Amino acid sequence: MNLLQQFSGNKKFVFSVMVLLPLIVIALFGPLIIRHDPLEMNTKRVLEPPSTDFLLGTDEYGRCILCRMIIGIRPTLFVAFGGAAVAMMAGSTLGLTAGYIGGKLGNVIMRAIDIVLCFPPILLAMLVVGLWGTGIINLLLVIGILYTPHFCRIAYSTTLKLRKAEFVENQRILGASTLRIVGKTLFPNILSPLIIQFSITVANGILLESGLSFLGLGVPPPHPSWGQMIGKAKNHIVTHKHYMFFPSLCLCLTILATNLMGDALRDVLDPKLKESH
Amino acid sequence: MARFFAKRTLTAIIQVLIVTTIVFFALKMMPGDPVLLMLSRDGSSVDPAAYEALAKQLGLDKPILRQYRNWLTGLFTGDLGMSYTERRPVMDAIGDRLPRTLELAGASLLIAVVIGIPLGIAAAVKRGSWVDLLLTGISSLGQSVPVYVFGYILVLIFALNMRLLPSSGYVPIHRNPVEHFRRLILPACTIAFGFSASMLRMTRSSMLEALSSEFVRPLYARGLSKARVHMKHMVRNMLIPVVTIIGLQLGALIAGTVLCEAVFNWPGIATLLVKAISNRDYPLIQGCMLILSIIFIVTNMVVDLLYGLLDPRAR
Repeated sequence: MNLLQQFSGNKKFVFSVMVLLPLIVIALFGPLIIRHDPLEMNTKRVLEPPSTDFLLGTDEYGRCILCRMIIGIRPTLFVAFGGAAVAMMAGSTLGLTAGYIGGKLGNVIMRAIDIVLCFPPILLAMLVVGLWGTGIINLLLVIGILYTPHFCRIAYSTTLKLRKAEFVENQRILGASTLRIVGKTLFPNILSPLIIQFSITVANGILLESGLSFLGLGVPPPHPSWGQMIGKAKNHIVTHKHYMFFPSLCLCLTILATNLMGDALRDVLDPKLKESH
Repeated sequence: MARFFAKRTLTAIIQVLIVTTIVFFALKMMPGDPVLLMLSRDGSSVDPAAYEALAKQLGLDKPILRQYRNWLTGLFTGDLGMSYTERRPVMDAIGDRLPRTLELAGASLLIAVVIGIPLGIAAAVKRGSWVDLLLTGISSLGQSVPVYVFGYILVLIFALNMRLLPSSGYVPIHRNPVEHFRRLILPACTIAFGFSASMLRMTRSSMLEALSSEFVRPLYARGLSKARVHMKHMVRNMLIPVVTIIGLQLGALIAGTVLCEAVFNWPGIATLLVKAISNRDYPLIQGCMLILSIIFIVTNMVVDLLYGLLDPRAR
């Protein structure tokens, strides 16, 4: 059975694609769909219930909740995917280097990586954001730094296992350069665990970004993000339940879909683990 | 064994030193002058003599390495400097709030263990049945609902609709123990939900492993009942996943506590830190970061040591 068939036969995968794909499309084309300016305040139409004009009602400044939710996907996905990509690139490069070349350099890399793990993740993020200010690029870098160690450790341990494998030795005997061996021979063979980790990191990134935004330490207002909207909606939880309901629902669905994507990737790419789950 | 203990403790000490160094220099690299910030929070002009005096009092006129040394010695004597906004020593502010955070985290851990492990065992024993499906389904949902969203769901149900419990706040235990615990229930259950979900999954998978392992069959052959085998011979093996999950999820527990304190206005160290960050109160940020990171490192160490005690292979 080829990979595509395996994926399309996996219910978790199908579900998460059905949630994530429209989400990404909406994030990309959001500005074309929305009917109101998500930043425009309207003091005369504050905290309205859903209507034909404002499909999900308005917030405490009279801004359209639906429009803000559509635009609010962007920072979350950008930060989560971007941060995970940074972490994957940095982590796998460091891990491959440490694993293949080893020696003193490898030791230095792995010890340096351990330092990041000394901090509780959310606190390190809060420290960085507290010192260098909130903002999307800072959030992206924080997620990149926080999850680099995870990728690095995976790349390191799998490279160590494969370093002396026959197909790698063959390349070396044939006279391939170190760069070529690492990039073309080793990397494709350690890719599956890294992809699985990537999807886990995206889920964690979404949780972290929305959590920080909820605390008011993430995406700076007036620009919207789901976590931030939930944080604002808490003041109106008694009178305007819909304000909190829709961003919360979307956030939960998105995280659920990313988690299931991780499970599905693990099922297909790493069948050895399947029995224990 | 002694060697393992010594090695792990030494690692933790080095980690604490690294963390303190990073926190200190990260704050020194900050733009903005703390003395100016203390004297005039609105940016008005400052009397140079007053500036000199305060800089001298805070020790900020000394070279940076000297400041670092002073700060480190201050750490051991419990002096973390003065908070700009609280107008009192950082250590006092933390000392007030840390016990509350630890109480909240401890209570939720307890609830998570009490709920997660029995349900995990049940799911493993009844593998494939509707009980198993329901429990694993709920637990994968539990890992997808952010702490604060679940917190508000609980507030809506138990505080606003049923009016059983207060929706937020804190009452000191010496003033009114009943109210104190009534206000602890919702936040603790909120954190415990996600935590017990991962506890359930971990217990289930390690119980499944234990059920199919080789030491189990001879027990049946000796005529022991099913319940007796499950309870007596596997529980010791159950402790290992509990310790593992605490180690793995410690970061998540801290994150959960941080967010949950914000939802329920629980006046713990996390709300203090969030306030300090929004006010740019650097000594307070430094102090909170430091104390929480040290707790994180020490707990991780204890988890590893316990793990070594329970499972000799991990040493």
